[in-house]
Amino acid sequence: MGRIAFFLSEAIRALRRSAAPSVAAIVTIVVTTLLLGVLVPVLRASESKATEVREQIGLQVFLYRDATKAEIEALDKELAAIPHVAAVEYCSPACAKRELADELRGDLEGSIQELNSNPLPPTFKLELDDADNLEAVRAALTPPNSAGKPTPISAAIDPPIGQDRENATKIREVTGAVKIVLLVIAALLLIASLLLVANTIRLSIYARRREVEVMRLVGATNWFIRWPFMIEGVIVGVAGAGIAVGILLLGKVTIVDPLADDFALIDNLSTMGFAPLVAMLVAAAVLVSALGSGITLRRFLRV
Amino acid sequence: MPLLNRRRSAAKRAREGREHRRRAPRRPRPRAQSGQPPIISVEDGTVVYPGGHVGLDRITLEIGRGEFAFVVGPTGCGKSTLIKMLIREIEPAAGRVQIAGKDINELDHNRTPYLRRRIGTVFQDFKLLPNRTVYDNVAYALQVIGEPRSQIRRKTPEILRLVGLQAKIHNYPDELSGGEQQRVAIARAFVNHPPLLLADEPTGNLDPITSIGIMQLLYRINRTGTTVLVVTHDRDMVDKMRRRVIALEEGRLVRDEDASGYHDESTREFAARMRAEMGVGDEGGTNGDH
Ligand SMILES: Nc1ncnc2c1ncn2[C@@H]1O[C@H](COP(=O)(O)OP(=O)(O)O)[C@@H](O)[C@H]1O
Ligand SMILES: [Mg+2]
Repeated sequence: MGRIAFFLSEAIRALRRSAAPSVAAIVTIVVTTLLLGVLVPVLRASESKATEVREQIGLQVFLYRDATKAEIEALDKELAAIPHVAAVEYCSPACAKRELADELRGDLEGSIQELNSNPLPPTFKLELDDADNLEAVRAALTPPNSAGKPTPISAAIDPPIGQDRENATKIREVTGAVKIVLLVIAALLLIASLLLVANTIRLSIYARRREVEVMRLVGATNWFIRWPFMIEGVIVGVAGAGIAVGILLLGKVTIVDPLADDFALIDNLSTMGFAPLVAMLVAAAVLVSALGSGITLRRFLRV
Repeated sequence: MPLLNRRRSAAKRAREGREHRRRAPRRPRPRAQSGQPPIISVEDGTVVYPGGHVGLDRITLEIGRGEFAFVVGPTGCGKSTLIKMLIREIEPAAGRVQIAGKDINELDHNRTPYLRRRIGTVFQDFKLLPNRTVYDNVAYALQVIGEPRSQIRRKTPEILRLVGLQAKIHNYPDELSGGEQQRVAIARAFVNHPPLLLADEPTGNLDPITSIGIMQLLYRINRTGTTVLVVTHDRDMVDKMRRRVIALEEGRLVRDEDASGYHDESTREFAARMRAEMGVGDEGGTNGDH
């Protein structure tokens, strides 16, 4: 009990004495924690968006508009028999027009309805058991003919097959790149915080070199000498994380929550509860600052 | 990591040195006491500083329990190096250092603090903490070894009374004279009553009268049964002390002589004789540094 009080009072004494470097370290931790606090939910959201896209991946098989009813019925059976095809859905030109109108709900809706003719082709929509089997199914739809050229299994099919796929890949590529950039920024900020905490502790060791010398001389154990510095680092981390969490909470209440009432999108984005997010951020800040102190103590406080 | 390597290789070198020693003929132990091992025993202690400078060159000496001995020699002869070797601040490249019969360089490194708790150390520059009072400076030494608060409250005033500073416990170091500051340092070193007290030039910054007061205090501590080893370059003063004198020169032990006949004098007799021999007046009193 007496020891813990001693460690705490020594740490606070040191923080008061070397205010400037502590403030620099705290500010960096605030910025890092804030960024992480925004990044993590966004990354989680984009990940779930990407899986949604993945799940939606299917194949659209466009038919010529003059495909006969018999051809369509025969093709329906053939498609259902292809391995990895989970479901087959036929969509007539009328059905396609309805869906387009659905998608373009709003200004363009009227103009679709105003079209006299229907230019949309009939379509088969294939659902796959797994997105990874996309290529296999595509190959099964267009086996090579005697000359080795891929040919559709039915004369009614209008190649190429499945333009949907390209869109999905693009979405994935873009979110992937954004994710990498954000992760790199977060990593750099984490390193900066670590180094600034380490620097704070190094200055603190320097400021207290007399105390350290006396402690060694009278036989204080290594950990007795190190604990106050360790606690000092962790106080810096907790203070930074605390301020950042306060700002995040403010931002959530004043910006995100009102928006969430208006837009379903933001509701989808908040894939992570606020409490686990805060717990994670505080844990990360404490870990980083403890690591920063630990590294410095190893380097500069050989006992 | 380089430190770890250095330590490991130092330990290795020390072991090799020991093997070498076993082959060499054993030196006689001049002061071996029956039963208890001597408080300090150094055999062929050799310290080599990084860069190759030999700080101590095959020093062999033994100091018995309860002795009051001096180490003398010109600046740079290795006196502080000897002190540092005895508290394991530096490890010998070869040879063996035993404190109370234990080879200190064989100890696990996390045991070194416990070795230092049994050795009080005093330095020329006092090493007091300027932002703490006299009382807090002494109490700090107890706090950092995890002493319970009740013990700190009991021991601190007691030791400050012993060194004659009970009136100044709430003063800060810069409000004290040099002699008083050294008394605080001695109080801090002796508060746990260690069996061994090492003093590295304790009077180096002090005038002769004040120095006698400090020597008298060290002698008083020695009379309680603590072994006291005092390092100084003031050969003049040491000659008048009439105690065992170990002389170093360029890292080698060149003289180890005991002067007999004065071992049983009281602290008061000791001080009076010192003042007479140094040719300084009596008016300093027992504290001698006001
Ligand atoms: N850390 C060090 N590195 C290299 N040489 C040192 C170091 N400390 C002391 N020395 C050298 O070792 C010799 C003995 O030093 P020291 O024991 O401090 O002498 P003194 O007898 O004055 O106390 C000196 O020549 C000094 O220059
Ligand atoms: Mg010296």
